[in-house]
Amino acid sequence: MSEYLHSTLFSGFLQRMLVLITLLFSVSLASTSYAGNVASADGNGTKGADYWRAINQQGQSGYTTAKGKEAGVLINRSGEDWRLTRNQQVKPIGQWMLAGTLGVLFVFYLLVGKNRLDQPRSGQVIERWKRTDRYVHWIVAVLFLLLALTGLSILYAKHFMPDLIGKDGFGTYLQVCKWIHNYGGPVFILTLVIMFFKWVRNNWFNGHDFRWFIQGGGMIKGKHPHAGYMNGGEKLWFWILMLGGVVISLSGLVLDFPAYIDAREDFQLANLIHGAASLIVLCATFAHIYIGSLGTEGALEGMVNGHVDETWAKQHHDLWYDEVKSDR
Amino acid sequence: MARMKFLCDAERCIECNGCVTACKNENEVEWGVNRRRVITINDGEPNETSLSVACMHCTDAPCMAVCPVDCLYQTDEGIVLHDKDTCIGCGYCLFACPFGAPQFPQEGAFGERGKMDKCTFCAGGPEEDNSPAEQAKYGANRIAEGKLPMCAEMCSTKALLAGDANEVSDIYRERVISRGSNKGAWGQNLAYNADGRKR
Repeated sequence: MSEYLHSTLFSGFLQRMLVLITLLFSVSLASTSYAGNVASADGNGTKGADYWRAINQQGQSGYTTAKGKEAGVLINRSGEDWRLTRNQQVKPIGQWMLAGTLGVLFVFYLLVGKNRLDQPRSGQVIERWKRTDRYVHWIVAVLFLLLALTGLSILYAKHFMPDLIGKDGFGTYLQVCKWIHNYGGPVFILTLVIMFFKWVRNNWFNGHDFRWFIQGGGMIKGKHPHAGYMNGGEKLWFWILMLGGVVISLSGLVLDFPAYIDAREDFQLANLIHGAASLIVLCATFAHIYIGSLGTEGALEGMVNGHVDETWAKQHHDLWYDEVKSDR
Repeated sequence: MARMKFLCDAERCIECNGCVTACKNENEVEWGVNRRRVITINDGEPNETSLSVACMHCTDAPCMAVCPVDCLYQTDEGIVLHDKDTCIGCGYCLFACPFGAPQFPQEGAFGERGKMDKCTFCAGGPEEDNSPAEQAKYGANRIAEGKLPMCAEMCSTKALLAGDANEVSDIYRERVISRGSNKGAWGQNLAYNADGRKR
């Protein structure tokens, strides 16, 4: 028992962070509790129903010569909760969320179409994203998409890929996915931290953002609301990515270092939080990609070559445009 | 067709760990991996019970439902086996298993999980029966030779029974009659009644 309770400082910290995340997101899962005390006899000195219930239902642990995590536990029923939550909730709900987001974006594109420039291009450009900004953006973007693709493969690909590339090919593919996911994850966390410190000062909400949201960001044909260097939507996306990133990173680290984590419940919880949070952020990413490319004329060039047309700046970020002009 | 099952009689197990040793030896199980273990509840106290536990080869096995590569499969005889060539070492089968059966060797600088290893009911793996490849990855294939798992064969008190479900129940039923109590059979409902798994 003491061996089970033993945890290194590192895993203890992660476990506390996990508990914090759990509280924050109110994910409540029935988890097996390990009775710390020895199962009691029924009073007559025989092994009664309580005795077996402690083993069968409550995960009573005993002594064993086998060395390993929870080696002394005979039955751990928490796996059933995890399996049903993952297979019957996270997987189907995630699938419909992703499909639904793509569907909504497609319908939006058909109905509203591209947010075009109201005035012809001026031909004058101003710098919007410095070279370092663009590097940070695209490194995070490429890593994110790689992690999303490999993560989705781990979650869903078994339902169709073995038929396409054969069982052996699929095994190899998923092995590569696991490596990319497990080693790419920590690199992604580093780049996300760099992005946070680089861009956080542009992303504090202010009164203009509030009015920007009230007016729907000018997405649906109408007057363009005032916006500074970053508009309300961009700031919202920044915070979705960063807060989602914290949750995904911490839960991912738990899954990434099995040698330092003692309890299976931590893996189960981390796995569910990691999957659910990633799917939510991925839906937001679809929207970001649409708005930043197909959805808005002239937006992508800012992140590709760093400069935007003055007409675009005036239309989408008028306060920033005025600021830049008055500085000169 | 027979339905292979394990039954550990809690009234008979004396914690000699003979099954563990037999398994380890017969299957040449690698360091750090134990396919079978003996657990003693209330060790040294009144009401001490010892039980031998390994993969129970569940009906509607939870591990099979969560494997992202579908490397686990169940034979016609109900034995749950897996393909180590396909396994990616994600650990999901361990998260799902009620008996803690799947084991993972630690690999690499960060101690990530290697390919899963677990009890095969001494039935090897997907390779050709008793081929060197099967021997190296999964250990013995006694079932192909018409023999039962080594752990049960070696059990000194015949607490651990393995084999066709009907034969196993017949033996256990005789014991229950002579003993007047059926408190010994452990984990049966959980492993072989998929509905019994739900709380």
